[in-house]
This record gives sequence, C-alpha cells and structure tokens, in this order.
Amino acid sequence: MSPAEPVGRDAADTRRDDRTRRGLGLALLGSEVAVLFRRVRTIALLAALALIPVLLAVAVRVTADQSSDGRGPAFLGDITQNGLFVSLTALTVAVPLFLPLTVGVVAGDTIAGEASLGTLRYLLVTPVGRVRLLLVKFAGAALFCLAATLVVVVVGAISGAALFPVGPVTLLSGQTVGVGDYAARLLLMALYVTMSLLGLSAIGLFFSTLTSVPVGAMAATIVLSTVAQIVDALPQLDALDPWLFTHHWLGFGDFLRAPISWDAFGSNALLQAGYVVVFGALAVGRFTTKDVLS
Amino acid sequence: MTSTRFAIETTSLTKAFGRQRAVDGVDLAVPHGSVYGFLGPNGSGKTSTIRMLLGLTSATSGEARVLGGSMPDNLRDVLPRVGALVEGPAFYPFLSGRANLMRLDSGDRAAPAATRRVRVDAALDRVGLGHAATKKAHAYSLGMKQRLGLAAALLMPRDLLVLDEPSNGLDPQGTREVRSLIRSLADEGTTVFVSSHLLSEVEQMCTHIGVMSAGRLLTQGTLDDLRALGAHRVRLLTPDPDAARDVLTRLGLTPEARAGHHDTPATAGGAVSVEADLAVEGLSPESIVAALVAADVRVRGFEVAGASLEDRFVDLTGEGFDVAG
Repeated sequence: MSPAEPVGRDAADTRRDDRTRRGLGLALLGSEVAVLFRRVRTIALLAALALIPVLLAVAVRVTADQSSDGRGPAFLGDITQNGLFVSLTALTVAVPLFLPLTVGVVAGDTIAGEASLGTLRYLLVTPVGRVRLLLVKFAGAALFCLAATLVVVVVGAISGAALFPVGPVTLLSGQTVGVGDYAARLLLMALYVTMSLLGLSAIGLFFSTLTSVPVGAMAATIVLSTVAQIVDALPQLDALDPWLFTHHWLGFGDFLRAPISWDAFGSNALLQAGYVVVFGALAVGRFTTKDVLS
Repeated sequence: MTSTRFAIETTSLTKAFGRQRAVDGVDLAVPHGSVYGFLGPNGSGKTSTIRMLLGLTSATSGEARVLGGSMPDNLRDVLPRVGALVEGPAFYPFLSGRANLMRLDSGDRAAPAATRRVRVDAALDRVGLGHAATKKAHAYSLGMKQRLGLAAALLMPRDLLVLDEPSNGLDPQGTREVRSLIRSLADEGTTVFVSSHLLSEVEQMCTHIGVMSAGRLLTQGTLDDLRALGAHRVRLLTPDPDAARDVLTRLGLTPEARAGHHDTPATAGGAVSVEADLAVEGLSPESIVAALVAADVRVRGFEVAGASLEDRFVDLTGEGFDVAG
C-alpha cells in the first residue's frame, strides 16, 4: 500500500469552515411545505374535504321543503334559516371520520413515504439531521391539519352564503351575534380542530418511523383514531375517556357560547401536548437509532 | 476532528444482520486524492459498508472514520463535505429533475440559498441533464436518473465522493462520460470512492482498489500493487529448452515445458516454448534474458505475461456469477 500524499487537504480544511457554518435550516421546511401542498394527492385530499360542505349545502337546499325532523348531524336543521351554519355542520361531520382519514394519510406518509421512495437516505446524507427531519415533517403535517380544517370551514361559509340567507346568528347560550363576530368564532373553531388533530399527527409520525410501507403507517393511524372514538363511546370504559386524544374532538361547540367557555380548550390543549410529547419522543427515540436500509 | 492521511479509514468494521455478517472486519484505507475502486461481486457487502460510512446504519462493531471524523458521531461535520450516490438514485417522481435537486440542496444547511439555483443548474449541466431539468423525474430513464443522482452529489464542492455503482443502467456512452467525470473530479483534488462489480470499469479509472468478497476485504492497494501481486509468467521461445530450463532453475524459477498446451512444444524452426512463474522477488525480466544469453541459450522470443487483473479478481473472489450468500 503506498498511499498518495494527501492532495489538497489544506484547501479542503479551509473550505470545510464554509460548509459547516449552518443556516437556520428553514429552507427545508419551505421545501417540505411546497412538496406537500403541490402534490396531487394532497390536493385531492383537500378537494375531497371541500366536497363535504358543498354536498351538505346542496343536499339541504334541494330538499329544503322537507323537514329533517331533527335527524342528521347537529345544526343541520338550522342551515335553511342561516347559511352560516353550513361550516359548523360540515365540521361536525368531518371531525370524527374524514379529517382523521386525511391526517392519517399525511402523517403516516411523513417518514415511511420518504423511505419507500428511497429519498430518505439522500436526505440523511445531505445531511438533514434525523431530529430536524422529524420536526420539519411534524410541522408539515400540522400545517396540513390547519389547511384541511380551514378548507372545510371556508368552503362551508362560501357555499352556505351562496345557497342560503345569511344573517345574525343565535348562539347556543341564547345571545345573537353579528356575522363578523360569528366569523371570528368560526376561525377559533378551526384552530381548535387543528389543535385536536396534532396528537393524531404525532401518532402518525411515530408509526411512520416504524416502517417503509407508508400505507401501513397510514392505516394504523386511521384505525387508532377510530378505536379511540369507539372506546370513548363505550360507557363501560369511561375511566379511559380523559386520556383519549379523541375525547375533546367535538368540543368546539364551546365557541358558540357567550362568554366563550375555555374549559374544553384548556384540557384539550394539555391532552394534545401530552400526546405530541410522548409520541414525538417515541418517534425521535426510534428514528435516531434506526438503521436506514431502504 | 484530526486530519489523517486517509479520507476513509475503517478498523474491523463489522455489520451483522442476525447471524449473517454482511460486513466482516473490514479495514479500509482510502488515501486522500485517490480514486478508490471498491470491487466485489453482488452481495459482497459493498453497499452495507457504504451505508455505515455515511452514517445511515450503525456498525455492529469496529470503527469508521471519514475525512478524519468518526462516523456516525461526527456526521454533521463530515457529511456536508461528502457527495454520495447510495444504492441507486432515488427521487420524488412527481417533481422535476431541478425541483428534486433544489429540495435536496435546501436540506443542506451549509448550502447557501442565494446560489442554490445556479449550483443546481451547474450540476445538471455537468452530468448532461441541462435539457431535461424541467422534466418530471418519473419520466426519466434509468440512465437519466443515475445522472441526476450524480448531479445531487455535485451540488456543493466536495472533498469526498462516495459513489455506489455509478454507471448502473448507463449505456456505453454514458459509462464513458461517468468515467471522465470521475477523472476530472479527481483532478480537482476530490477523493473518489467508487464501488462496482465490474472490474473493467474500475481498472480504467482507479488508482487504488479494494476487493470485497462475502463481507471481507480480501486485498487493497494501488492498482499496480494488485497487478504485481498476480503471478507473472515468463515465456521463452528457444531451440535449446534444456539449457534454458537449467538457467531458469539456477535463477530460482520453476520452469515447465507446458506439455499439452496447444501451441507447444514445437513451433517453427524447432523452437520450443518454456514457461515459468516469475515468482522470485527482485528478479527482473531483462536479467533473465541476460543470463540466458550468457549461457548461450538461443532466445527467439521472450515475453512477460502479467496475469490480467480479471484473473486476479476471479482468483480472489472465485465466485463467477453466484451471488455471495
């Protein structure tokens, strides 16, 4: 063995200083958001969510002369009086099933999707630190939760306004508020629902670090959200309820009271934060020690 | 981080999957500035080694130092200086070639955003993909993907390139282009560590070579070292075979008449072929000829046939087309 003299090593050492001086690394977050929201699948998921309020509004409009007899989702009967209730009804319909479905797809895909494409190994040798990648992926999933919820609320408001009269809204606590006040409350409800989905996103992120088959992580996430809601509904398992990440999912009705009751918001925030911390830690623990073989 | 003589240095590097040792006690020494051909049949542990070098997997035991930094502990400092192609290129099929590179580059915190577009386009041009920059990656041929993978490794100036089978899927023209690309990078002072199962390819561009088989590093050294290791043979054409054999024996060689060889013993003019392995260190071919002439052996022909590197490779790995289990 006759090793060559270290050609250009000094030059290399000076260059190294430039390349180890790190930026904030926000560019990756920008790239993640751009890739996520320009992807056809994401757009299709959001479009499917947008269909919920549209279908609701159209169905109610077409059958306006028949009474719904109090059947169907909450607030359904109020839509004909005030189009602004379309958003609320759509949220009630979307929260238990459709929103967790789309969030499960996005959160389950975070790491496993990169692994199945093979791009994970290239991100890691770039190098994107493994913890940084998890943070960026979680931020992307959280932004998707916000976008998904806003789509339901905004499309609901638009289709409601297009098909029904719009006017002051009577709150659950009896007072009447103007359209502007109600819009602000709708926005708060959207933020509440977004927050409600963060625990599920963290669970999906963790599942996603376990496999290189994205569909597996997606299915596991969605199944878990369904199981949690079933457990929540069983009176025999009431003791578990406060610990279920789905427990406060429908608590956004509190924003329709005056003054706004923040009780559900507080306990939900604490609960979701707990899930994010626990499953985030599990994801970090798993991912940082994982052999990336895909 | 201490500077060492070697761009890559491993000590007893081992990776076990269950009971099977994919990499078994490998001691690599890749000098700075070399083009190191990491050769071995499919399944011999090349990619598993590369994954450990890049911090994608952790070693079961042993140590790996890349550019002076221990891996994977120092990967944040080491990897920005390393460009890599690992186990084939991989891209987001729904993004264009350029968008794919932009995404990867945005993950590198050491890569300045201001020059991103310029560097991406320069890398695309360098691998001949400038015209296909806006095409979606799923529409790329295998060869184009391979080129895009190389471009990704060249987004920033690198001290070390780790290229796993870089000419997989390329046509002969593409293979030549990759070879000349690697040579030009080496000329700029970049150390290149390139794995391949094709000896001919490695032979044409590497200064150093390491041969893997069944997880073990069988040999490494400069290309010339490895050639010299091969059994060279002297082949002599003479009408005086007995005298010639005496001379060769006196010099410490073991001549044989090669009976049964199809073009021996008799050739035109009654000359006979005498062959011997050139197994004595320091014995030069010209001194053999001088000794033969001094002993009045009529030399009609004399050649030194080096065992081809391919023979050496097959000798070492001895596996033909079988994938090492």
